[in-house]
Amino acid sequence: MSAYLSIRNLSAVLKGAPKGTPRLLRSVSLDVAAGEVRGLVGESGAGKSMIGKAVLGILPRAVQVIEGEIWLDGVDLLRMTPSERRRRIGASAALIPQDPMTALNPSRRIGPQITDRLVDILGWTRADAEARARELLDEVRIPDPARVMRSYPHELSGGMRQRVLIASAFAAEPKMIVADEPTTALDVTVQKQILRLIAQMQARHGTALLFVTHDLGVVSKVCDTLSVLYAGKVVEDTRVRDFFAAPGHAYSAALLAATPKYTDPDAGLNPVPAAVIEAVQAEVAAAEAAWRKGGAHG
Amino acid sequence: MVDARGMVRRRLGLRLWLSGGWLVLLALAALLAPWIAPHNPLEQDLFTSRLPPFWMAGAEPGYWLGTDSLGRDVLSRIIHGARVALIVALIAGTATMLIGATLGLIAGYYRGWADMVISRLIDIWMAFPPVLFAILLIAVLGTGLTSVIIAIVVIDWTRFARVVRAEAMAQGAMDYVASAQVAGQRRLGIMLREILPNVLPTIGVLLTLEMGIAVIVEAILSFVNLSISSDDPTWGGMIAEGRTALHRSWWVLVFPLIALFLTVLSFSQLGEGLKDRFDPVLR
Repeated sequence: MSAYLSIRNLSAVLKGAPKGTPRLLRSVSLDVAAGEVRGLVGESGAGKSMIGKAVLGILPRAVQVIEGEIWLDGVDLLRMTPSERRRRIGASAALIPQDPMTALNPSRRIGPQITDRLVDILGWTRADAEARARELLDEVRIPDPARVMRSYPHELSGGMRQRVLIASAFAAEPKMIVADEPTTALDVTVQKQILRLIAQMQARHGTALLFVTHDLGVVSKVCDTLSVLYAGKVVEDTRVRDFFAAPGHAYSAALLAATPKYTDPDAGLNPVPAAVIEAVQAEVAAAEAAWRKGGAHG
Repeated sequence: MVDARGMVRRRLGLRLWLSGGWLVLLALAALLAPWIAPHNPLEQDLFTSRLPPFWMAGAEPGYWLGTDSLGRDVLSRIIHGARVALIVALIAGTATMLIGATLGLIAGYYRGWADMVISRLIDIWMAFPPVLFAILLIAVLGTGLTSVIIAIVVIDWTRFARVVRAEAMAQGAMDYVASAQVAGQRRLGIMLREILPNVLPTIGVLLTLEMGIAVIVEAILSFVNLSISSDDPTWGGMIAEGRTALHRSWWVLVFPLIALFLTVLSFSQLGEGLKDRFDPVLR
């Protein structure tokens, strides 16, 4: 298996939901090779964040994976014991979270929040870990890293915090990073810098990156490949270059057409047409029916 | 901006100073009671019974706050009564905090069956009328300081458990907890290192509130004569004794009541003031 991350037929349901309730994730499969950036796009509630959370083992308690495999570097995370999975993920994957305001612990200094993983999971000495953290903060162009490491999160701006979180994600040299809408909560002017920073860091460190976003403009800038999600089902899996040239699925094409254009402000908005929604819903329903018939899934 | 912040600081300062000042004064009085109390609090003298406080006609020098019907000095009894009040506040408050906050933290962060068990326990506890529960407990345990403290802990741990549980749940949903989890931290480690520091300001405020409540509960129990032996002066006991002769010597009831009131108020104000000072979100 050449892909660093490989998700196979992943299905999840709401715990305790009655039989026949639609799945939250419907047999999702996708691959991310080492050094590849895969975009994961879809409407709100399509399940894009949930896939990222499943990979990192932080699904909400109410969500239950009922089938499928998540191969990370040749091992299936779903077949491991919780403590094995915790160590495995801790050593090889990281998260760039959505909201920099809540992603740093407000009552702890920045330094230890970066070095915890290096010391506790990878067994570095504290001095080495701190040197590494300073190096990384410098790499994300934070001025005076030593001072920032002694600061509390409330002393930093949103953009600074997101830089800290990016440094923190890359600190342990993970082979796999999930970025969960990392620019959504930021000011538009800061978004671009952060995006460029993530792309640079990814390229320099050769990390596999799963980039969750609802912004196709972002996808065109940073991603190599793309999975389009509708109602928990992957409706298109393609290369980004091909996607923007000619989307392979009617829904993807409508989604792309719905993107507002700066160049033509008078064009108005193009919502996804009802016929396209109906078609994709019918497709999802058909797949759901086939899935139910295929296995003894109740 | 700077000016406004300065003004807020000063106002908070006053609250902390007043409440803290009264509590320090009380603690000193309790510690030094045998040396600073003008009279033996147990000494009865029927020749000096029902002396009024110093500013009223018929007051005797040396009996600042008057005497009760048995001629015991009210000020000395209040000073000695502060010992019981503060011991109960400190020990019962702290023990209640340790038990209640631990259970609340576990329920709020671990959820699952631990939360089920603890939450049901809280529901059951809340269904008991607390004072009745306390009297029942003392009846089983027997009177005495230890029983009073145990009764307060047993009754009031839910106050911490409920609030800390809700707070831990809210903190547990924050992204920084998810990040710590992805970073491979153990659940127990996350609870103690990530969640606990953020719940600590709330626990601190609750602790001071609980100390005030402990003082009240002790007073209620000594009012119904279920606290420590009735010979030792307690504020609740003094209030009970003063009640019977309220029309002839109001001071026997009013002064311990004022001491009680100021102490409970100071505890709660101290908590609020400290929260404003140390809450990282407000800071």
